[in-house]
Amino acid sequence: MELTRKILEGDVRAAARLMTMIENGASEARAALKSLYPHTGSGYIIGITGPPGSGKSTLTDELTDELRKRRKTVGIVAVDPTSPFTGGAILADRIRMQRHSLDADVFIRSMATRGHLGGLARATNDIVDVMDAAGKEVILIETVGVGQDEVEVVGTAHTCVVVSVPGLGDEVQAIKAGILEIGDIFVVNKADREGANRTATELEMMLHMAPDTGGWLPKVYKTVATKGKGIVELVDAIFEHKAFLDERDLRKKKGRERSERAFLTLLQETLAARTIERFKRNGSMKELIERIADRELDPYTAVEEVLESIGL
Amino acid sequence: MHEKRDIKRIEQEKERWEAETLKPTLKNAPERAERFTSVSMAPVERLYTPADLPDRDFMKDLGFPGEYPYTRGVHPTMYRAKLWTMRMFAGYGTAIETNRRFKYLLQQGQMGLSTAFDLPTLMGYDSDHPFAAGEVGKCGVAIDSLADMEVLFDGIPLGEVTTSMTITSPASVLWAMYIAVCEKQGVPYHRIGGTIQNDILKEYIAQKEYIYPIEPSVRLVTDTVLFGAHHLPRWNTISISGYHIREAGATALQELAFTLADGMLYVEEAIKAGLEVDAFAPRLSFFFDCHNDLFEEVAKFRAARRLWARIVREKFEAKDPRSWLLRTHAQTAGVALTAQQPHNNIARVAIQALAGVLGGTQSLHTNAMDEAMALPTEGAATIALRTQQIIAYESGVTNTVDPLAGSYYVEALTNQMEEGAWEYFRRIEDLGGMIRAIEKGFPQREIADAAYAYQQAIEREDKIIVGVNRFTEKEEHQIPLLSIDRAAEGRQIDRLRELRRSRDKDLVVRSLDALRQAAVGKDLWGKDLLMPKILDAVRAYATQGEIMDVFREVWGEYTEPSII
Amino acid sequence: MTTQVEQKIRVLIAKPGLDGHDRGAKVIARAFRDAGMEVIYTGLRQTPEMIASAAIQEDVDAIGLSCLSGAHMYLFPRVMELLRERGADDIVVFGGGTIPDEDIQKLKAAGIAAVFTPGATTGEAIEFVRTNVRKTV
Ligand code: B12
Ligand SMILES: Nc1nc2c(ncn2[C@@H]2O[C@H](COP(=O)(O)OP(=O)(O)O)[C@@H](O)[C@H]2O)c(=O)[nH]1
Ligand SMILES: [Mg+2]
Repeated sequence: MELTRKILEGDVRAAARLMTMIENGASEARAALKSLYPHTGSGYIIGITGPPGSGKSTLTDELTDELRKRRKTVGIVAVDPTSPFTGGAILADRIRMQRHSLDADVFIRSMATRGHLGGLARATNDIVDVMDAAGKEVILIETVGVGQDEVEVVGTAHTCVVVSVPGLGDEVQAIKAGILEIGDIFVVNKADREGANRTATELEMMLHMAPDTGGWLPKVYKTVATKGKGIVELVDAIFEHKAFLDERDLRKKKGRERSERAFLTLLQETLAARTIERFKRNGSMKELIERIADRELDPYTAVEEVLESIGL
Repeated sequence: MHEKRDIKRIEQEKERWEAETLKPTLKNAPERAERFTSVSMAPVERLYTPADLPDRDFMKDLGFPGEYPYTRGVHPTMYRAKLWTMRMFAGYGTAIETNRRFKYLLQQGQMGLSTAFDLPTLMGYDSDHPFAAGEVGKCGVAIDSLADMEVLFDGIPLGEVTTSMTITSPASVLWAMYIAVCEKQGVPYHRIGGTIQNDILKEYIAQKEYIYPIEPSVRLVTDTVLFGAHHLPRWNTISISGYHIREAGATALQELAFTLADGMLYVEEAIKAGLEVDAFAPRLSFFFDCHNDLFEEVAKFRAARRLWARIVREKFEAKDPRSWLLRTHAQTAGVALTAQQPHNNIARVAIQALAGVLGGTQSLHTNAMDEAMALPTEGAATIALRTQQIIAYESGVTNTVDPLAGSYYVEALTNQMEEGAWEYFRRIEDLGGMIRAIEKGFPQREIADAAYAYQQAIEREDKIIVGVNRFTEKEEHQIPLLSIDRAAEGRQIDRLRELRRSRDKDLVVRSLDALRQAAVGKDLWGKDLLMPKILDAVRAYATQGEIMDVFREVWGEYTEPSII
Repeated sequence: MTTQVEQKIRVLIAKPGLDGHDRGAKVIARAFRDAGMEVIYTGLRQTPEMIASAAIQEDVDAIGLSCLSGAHMYLFPRVMELLRERGADDIVVFGGGTIPDEDIQKLKAAGIAAVFTPGATTGEAIEFVRTNVRKTV
């Protein structure tokens, strides 16, 4: 396939095009993803999550800089929220990363959530795969950074970096509430601000109390992303975690889990879509729903009937 | 300002009037809109009475001109003694062309010079830098080194005119060049008068000509404040600017509040650096916008003076009355001028300039009718200057001091402005001060919201702009436009290359090294150690780009928070 | 991958060159968002090379350039040229700012699809994008 070949050869335009098709749910995308699939699985995926304004984009930019110094090719997927009122979005993470835009070995892609919850967009996983197939050795995912329930990134990333800033009592609470379990590495960014040490200590204490998750002890790092401070140590820590996973064959395990989730999601979506399509061809959806609404039929029976009618 | 008893009676009478007179009228002839708002979209009432001025005291809040709190003006006789300085902003192409324009303006009766620089100069790049491509001499004059500055002021006696330079990030460098030209003309330091804009905070907020992170940039500003206080007693070292904030979209109140908050930060920094407040506060000047909404603008100027006097006297405990004065330059609102039916702009500028004068400004620039299209032609700029002269000599508004005082509306607005500003100061303090507030994007977001709301109001026709969304004409009005000679860029680059060949290279390197040393020192923060080094570098014909690069190297560059 | 998701218009809004006048660009960016588009804002001080590269990676349907400093005759055509070199000139490039009438003709000849000058409404700009961007994915 032409598109796949181009992507594998490193054609940026082709990869970018496919990403759009994926986001838009175009049917051609599926074929391309099929043939790209054998070429995925070697990229190392890092998730960067944390509250808005904590410095995720700035850190992503600095991490990229350091990774390039270590001669890694880098893909970046930056997710920003879609406005629930207008369906539009302003994707501005890129502002902080523009200095890499002329580097052929860095590919930056901004995406909007388009209503998807959990900190990523629906298509983020597939877009990461495209970057992976296009040969990006490290792929950084910057999550939306709005809520506490941004845990979806764990399912995608090999190493998950949770970013916080000094002095935000509430933020630390928020981390406690949900994100503590997902972090492999914790960062107190803006360490040039007052209270960085205290926040770091608080985090460390919370981590000590957390249940053991198989031998990896998450550590807390302090960074000043705007000045590039603490970045080398952070990248070292990420690679340390990678080594840990590889030693225990955990990366494969994570990969398997990701494959399973991806498979199940795809199966669900495909099944639902096919079912609806086929049912639409055979019966009247509108009529059925009216009957449910009028309490002539309950939704449980309706589903059973529909599945039966198409032989499932 | 009235007895409590009187106010009670007036309120009762107002209710009666509303019932007996107003109500029947409204029934027969309803008002044109349900809500009336100012240009800043602040609500405006139908009628103001003494009841709108509760708890105010004539002596405490208004008083007399030339006395605390200066609401009525900084000078006892205001324009009866001396008119404001008519100072027209000019600059384009190379130093040679701008020098010619300066001489023309002085012949036309202008009283001081005001220099516009091109974008590469404003952003600290030399004309041959790749980023400068296409921009050299476009928006102002290109100045790369002392050699250009010598040409710019050739034949202009710098001991006699005062010069304002609209420059901020590289302000210290351009100021050093100006001082060096004065040295060559034999003008002693104590006679050098003028202003550098040098207000870096408003760059992060509005004008976007920042280069370095905020803290070292503020250090550089403080360094110039100290140098001025020690050596150039007639120089205004910061022109604390609301103009850019307003033009970026702020309301009148936001302009007022953010500008004074910036001012407070500079005062704090200079005090931290070891200066007595009275040693420098008299050399701080201001720069405000004057927009179309006449009364709102007048109130803003009056509130600004009152606020600043109170802040400097009470918060910073200044003893010298000259420290309490808010002296200001003003410029008419360029953003209110339209590309459609450009002649209409002459009328707008007249109203805006009147607002500045009724507000009691010390100096004024009036925009030309071709504002929305290009830098002004000589003809258009002359009409704008004549507009000021008509206000000064024909309108009669200069015959008495603070003529709008006592208008219930203007006084109520003045109070509202003052109260609103205190509220903003409180919010800024809660965010951890102005630098933190800027880092968090607070003023930027307020401004972007206001700008968008205003654009929407125009598109909904809630706000009418004559010639744009009403009273439009099919036929376009052609007026002559200034076109910048595109060859100027090449000439300027040639000149710069020639300079780089002919100067004493060792001297340049040595002076830049000395500057780097001074910039690195952490414990030296807040001492006026950079200006003397910058002066040495300038005298050695180091270019401004080279000097600014030294700081880039040491301090790094700033990226702004993404506020849209 | 199977449910047909709604297709979004993606637009890059960029400020080429040293020009810092961003009031207009921000107003346009917000209006586009409110019209349901995905707007990628690259910030100030972008070189034509950075803009072209970002546009390709982001696979935008259109690039909106804003320039008020008078350097548009250098910067706008340069962006077009770079897109053409990289085979991406199907991206619609349009712009706005302080641009004299006589230059508008020249810019159009250089491939700039539309130019919006002071007084233009955001509504007109939205309408332009909706009717001119490529429709296929
Ligand atoms: C506001 C303003 C400022 C503000 C900018 C605040 C900000 N952050 O934006 C301040 C006061 C800081 C400023 C400073 C300067 N300014 Co100024 N400024 C203006 C002014 C008065 C209005 C611009 C504006 O914001 N209008 C409101 C917005 C909503 O309109 P707009 O930007 O035109 O955008 C509309 C359309 O043009 C179009 N549009 C614009 N971009 C885009 C992009 C797309 C994709 C689309 C679809 C549409 C579109 O749609 C918008 C909606 O209608 C203009 C003159 C004028 N009246 O136009 C001068 C003007 C642009 N400035 C000028 C100059 C010279 C400067 C300075 C260089 C002065 C100096 N030497 O110090 C500095 C440089 C600042 C910098 N960093 O670049 C000149 C430029 C000359 C030229 N091109 O030949 C002008 C034309 C004034 C003049 N006649 O001299 N300025
Ligand atoms: N003082 C300080 N500011 C930082 C640091 N890192 C980021 N910032 C600033 O914080 C703001 C938000 O950063 P950004 O990377 O956009 O955060 P995000 O929303 O989490 O992606 C920006 O103004 C950055 O310049 C840091 O280490 N120290
Ligand atoms: Mg971000």
